[in-house]
Amino acid sequence: MIQLLLFNVTNGLIIGAFYVLMALGLSLILNLSGVINFAHGGFLVLGGYLAYTLTPFLGYWGALIVAPLLTAVLGVVIEQVLIRRLYGRDPLYSLLMTFGLAFIFEDATRYVWGAQGLPVTIPAFLGRPVSPSLFFITYYRLFMVVVAAVAVTLLFLLLRYSRVGVRIRAGTLDLETVSTLGVNVGGLRALNFALGIFLAGLSGVLAGGQLGLDPTMGSGLLMPSFIAIIVGGVGSLPGTLVGGLLIGIASGVTAVFFPSASEAVMYVLMALVLLARPRGLMGEEGLMT
Amino acid sequence: MEVPRIGAVIGRRAVIRTVATAGLAQLAAPFILRGARGDTPLRIGMIDPLTGAYAAPARNEVMGAELAVSRLNAAGGMLGRPVELLVEDSANDVGTGVQKARKLVERDHVDFLIGDVNSAVAQAIAQVAMENKILHIVSGGHTDTITGKDCKWNVYRVCNTTRMESNAVSDILFKKYGKKWHFITPDYTFGHTLQAALEANLKRLGGIETGAELTPLGTTDFSAYLIKARAANPDVIILLVQGQDMVNCLKQIVQFGIDKEVPIAGTQQELESLEGLPSEARIGSWMFEWYWNQPNVPHLAEFIADIRKVNKGRVPTARHWFGFASVMTMALVAAQEKTTDAVKLAHALSDFELPPEVKLQPNKVYYRAGDHQLMLSAFIGEARAHGKDDPDDLFAVQQVVAGDAVAPPVADTGCVLHWPA
Amino acid sequence: MKESGRTHPAVLVAIWVLLLLAPYWLGLVGGYTALGARVLVLGLAAMSLNFLLGFTGVLSFGHAAWFGLGAYGTGLALKWVAASTPLALLLGTLLGGALGAVLGAMLVRRRGIYFAMVTIAYGQVFYYIAYRWNALTGGDDGLRGFSRQPLEIGPWHIDIAANGVAFYYFVLACFAAAVALMALLLRSPFGHSLLAIRENERRARFLGIPVEFHIWIAFALSCVFISFAGGLYALLNNFADPNNLHYSLSGDLVIMAVLGGMRRFWGPLLGAAVFVVLQDYVSSLTTNWMSFIGLLFVAVVLFFPRGLLGIARRRSLA
Repeated sequence: MIQLLLFNVTNGLIIGAFYVLMALGLSLILNLSGVINFAHGGFLVLGGYLAYTLTPFLGYWGALIVAPLLTAVLGVVIEQVLIRRLYGRDPLYSLLMTFGLAFIFEDATRYVWGAQGLPVTIPAFLGRPVSPSLFFITYYRLFMVVVAAVAVTLLFLLLRYSRVGVRIRAGTLDLETVSTLGVNVGGLRALNFALGIFLAGLSGVLAGGQLGLDPTMGSGLLMPSFIAIIVGGVGSLPGTLVGGLLIGIASGVTAVFFPSASEAVMYVLMALVLLARPRGLMGEEGLMT
Repeated sequence: MEVPRIGAVIGRRAVIRTVATAGLAQLAAPFILRGARGDTPLRIGMIDPLTGAYAAPARNEVMGAELAVSRLNAAGGMLGRPVELLVEDSANDVGTGVQKARKLVERDHVDFLIGDVNSAVAQAIAQVAMENKILHIVSGGHTDTITGKDCKWNVYRVCNTTRMESNAVSDILFKKYGKKWHFITPDYTFGHTLQAALEANLKRLGGIETGAELTPLGTTDFSAYLIKARAANPDVIILLVQGQDMVNCLKQIVQFGIDKEVPIAGTQQELESLEGLPSEARIGSWMFEWYWNQPNVPHLAEFIADIRKVNKGRVPTARHWFGFASVMTMALVAAQEKTTDAVKLAHALSDFELPPEVKLQPNKVYYRAGDHQLMLSAFIGEARAHGKDDPDDLFAVQQVVAGDAVAPPVADTGCVLHWPA
Repeated sequence: MKESGRTHPAVLVAIWVLLLLAPYWLGLVGGYTALGARVLVLGLAAMSLNFLLGFTGVLSFGHAAWFGLGAYGTGLALKWVAASTPLALLLGTLLGGALGAVLGAMLVRRRGIYFAMVTIAYGQVFYYIAYRWNALTGGDDGLRGFSRQPLEIGPWHIDIAANGVAFYYFVLACFAAAVALMALLLRSPFGHSLLAIRENERRARFLGIPVEFHIWIAFALSCVFISFAGGLYALLNNFADPNNLHYSLSGDLVIMAVLGGMRRFWGPLLGAAVFVVLQDYVSSLTTNWMSFIGLLFVAVVLFFPRGLLGIARRRSLA
């Protein structure tokens, strides 16, 4: 029992790392642009499918990098053509816009790649367990954690030390001042959007290797990242990180005792956090509330 | 007066499957109805979840039904009238399914209804069909109650019940693998009834159940359940999960190397699922409800060739056959009775046997009078990583069992038919 | 016409005549009675949501949860409590309304996008309960085994169970009652306070309006109305399923309100009519109907943010 529990905590962390990757992308866009990107799941699926198509040409490792980049490029196009017009308007409109885009993404994915689920081939050595006694930890799971950790570290380094990163963080707190200081806010938002979508695409490639690809998989993966953001506190990227890991562990542990509540527990956790701390674990008071 | 025109009659909504056609062009498409003799067409309404999680099997069912309709029309239609197939998307949602059923009945005045892959939607449509006295064939929903305690005089079903599936495999699995079974069961009615049926058989055979893992529908990570299953040290792990859950579970079993220690088996497997798996995860003993690669079955080659033409060269799956058999059943029984009256046709379908050009399988295949369930053969065998003669030949059939040998007696199904006065 | 949406009497008469005669003209224009009932039910749901969205200015994106709770409540009551349609509707409405009131109390301090996120997330809690609690709700298979019962009002026996047209008029009567109540509430001093909060929350606060309390009451009332609509939906299908609570339905309801015009009392009904008919029509023509619905969302946001009635109004002023 103890072993099972320990395993599930580990496993929860692995799942949590994946949620973090996805939620951070969502969170970046929400913080700087005030847009809840409902189409994030659509971008994720697209990333996975692009990797599927690119793998025969670029190999797995090439696809792992190029597919998210292409997704990000498409993201910027959509941001420039559609979403940009909604900045500063009632958040209702960006919600509806991305909601509609999510429909289009699902339909387009099915149109291009078919309704039939597709298998994703991962390098053979990743598909093996780490050791006979730890058979449930495969190299692929570790690989997901490593990729997530590297991506998150790079993101935080970028935000902390690069000029763009500093501006993104400053813009999250006070966009008006940043703008008066002569920063091109439009460009900053586009870049930030691209960054968020890149993370979605990357999550998609990773999810494809673990789950296979299916046009409808996006919406199921979207909700946990929502909760990660709410639990961690809107406006705080470290909060999102903590939130994602927390709900991962919570659902992992619950799966041992009460499998049918393994999703509900995320929501219970969210309700508890909101009751105790309405702005989320690390959220700033007054921001977006 | 209508000018007689020559050409295949394709209902305006038969175009629905033609995904390759741009959507806008379809919107602009006018009401095309070229009756060979200017007759009012006979309408078959088909409701299936063309979008959502079951889109792949649903679209295959529609493809099979369309093939049947085009064959019928090429041979002069049904009762001398052209046949029109009106396809509606239930979007995997009961409210939408009911809505579409009413639309087909009230507005389009369909003579027959077919559908749905989703059992819940199928049962809701059956209700609408009964209220309106329309013959309804359930093409792809497996829940026992459809031909069990919720059976209806106007409702027939071509696909299996869960009881039939478990009876088909129990003895064979017991002989092949041994008496200690461990279940991985989806936690909803379908899984529960399937597991209960297998447990009853296991008890009768004198076996032991080492445990059962109830997994929530839509589980993506099966590791917690697989650890428990392996620790119980069974002779065989029985997977009852379906669709995407099946795909995820099998992949993880192979990644963890569990299949090297414990054999994997289950009841129903579908070609759609096997095709969604990486080759190394195509393992285990299963049953198919229909399989395309059978030796010496008359008319089969023709069916496969016809489906390949419309399916990007791929072979038919059981779902194609379900759609095909549903439409053909209606055509055959209507031709025999020379009427579209639902009550007469429903009576005539009792113990109605499918001819070789429709059944496309060995054994006697007929609709049982007591519960309106089609007695179709069960194809038992093993999955394989790569097709032998064809990339889609992913299943090695070892045994074909007649449907009435595995179906529980009518008295056990709970079905009591109430015919209209 | 005023912004608060007092509708011209002639328009009002036209609306009711159209609704009353729907079973007779729907067939002539390629519709069917059940489609009319669906428009009414979803229209009522969108109007209930708009009570909050358009008239209080609070962005709830999880209202399908209360709609679905009403549906399950009604279904469970018919199945287990008594074979009475009115009683079942009442119990369903109470279930959704009561849970809405409780949850609403926890939400009233949130605003804008944060409110939207939290309502989506709370809505999904109920979705997962319906989806997972097999023993009570039937899980993924949905709740079956109940059907609407004929009405027994004094000496009259009205068969709404088998007769689709009779059921349409039953839905219309329920719709009329709910809408009348909603209109009365909006014209009351309470309704005016809601508008004041929508226009300028800070000023409303200075005027001494207890903002949180008002929003809470508005939220609870909106939940009561939409649960009632959900109950009617369960009766329409003789079925309740988890999709009734899913956030994608919430999104559909919001787009109906915005499409019709969320500042106008009748806007959401118009939006529901357009949305339901369009979806019904396009999904029969092409399997790619989801793209059309998606494009509709995009088009509404870009070109008709004030909704169809908003355009009509601007035209008439010009």
